[in-house]
Amino acid sequence: MTTNYFIESYCHIKRETISLNGQTIFKNDDTDVSKFFKSAALHLKTEYPKFFKMDDLSKLAFLAADILLKATDHSNNVALVFSNKSSSLKTDRKHQRSISDKTRYFPSPSVFVYTLPNICMGEISIRHQLHSENTFLVLEQFNAGHLHINADYLLKNNKADKALCGWVNFEDNNYDAFLYLVSENGNFAHLPKEIDRLYHSK
Amino acid sequence: MTELKIELKEKIIEILNLDDLTIADIDDDDPLFGDGLGLDSIDALELIVMLDKDFGIQLKDPNEGKDIFKSISVLAAYIDVHRSK
Repeated sequence: MTTNYFIESYCHIKRETISLNGQTIFKNDDTDVSKFFKSAALHLKTEYPKFFKMDDLSKLAFLAADILLKATDHSNNVALVFSNKSSSLKTDRKHQRSISDKTRYFPSPSVFVYTLPNICMGEISIRHQLHSENTFLVLEQFNAGHLHINADYLLKNNKADKALCGWVNFEDNNYDAFLYLVSENGNFAHLPKEIDRLYHSK
Repeated sequence: MTELKIELKEKIIEILNLDDLTIADIDDDDPLFGDGLGLDSIDALELIVMLDKDFGIQLKDPNEGKDIFKSISVLAAYIDVHRSK
């Protein structure tokens, strides 16, 4: 028998606002990204000191994932299928600045470790004890079809119990996160059209 | 030496992004790793970079850090003797 999959829950983080299933759960007028993330982590009781050491892309992905995973029962087999446009460019540039002057060549190890976009999935996996498949796609723009086909394959082939999917992008100081959890239960069909609709809904 | 200890605490909080701590939370003799501040291996590398960048101390053997980074008191004493800037 073919199992049907659904979008169980979804989270947006953009323009100083965090929403869960379309409802705003945190808003702060602080346009300073670091202050916004710090306030959000305190408000949402993230309670994870290592959060403050992450780069901005990881903080963005971590917050959205933490909200969704804390709100659901899950095993350690939740696959991660993430995507974005700017990869880890913000941190890449920060690292580049630290090595561009040969007379003051002091690359920071804690910056360098975040010069790959998929590191954010490692942070989420450590926090939530996930031992699962993960994929990070770098795409020109949000592409519901790519996310759907990857998650659908993993779920239908019993590679994962649930799949946490979406878009986490940081470009200059503009951020945009949309993560959603796919499982056997939910109110929205796991279809590209529906994923696209929810992405654009906030 | 007291000024150096305060400077080190400020630098460690800033460089290692220990946003949930203030200098008052770090005792001079608290272990920096393990049960103390809970720093990790990447933090150790950052401290090695800090020694080079801010105090002109180059650790040739990273294992030296195990002894030097025991606490703020031990670190300050080491810097006081070996610093070139």
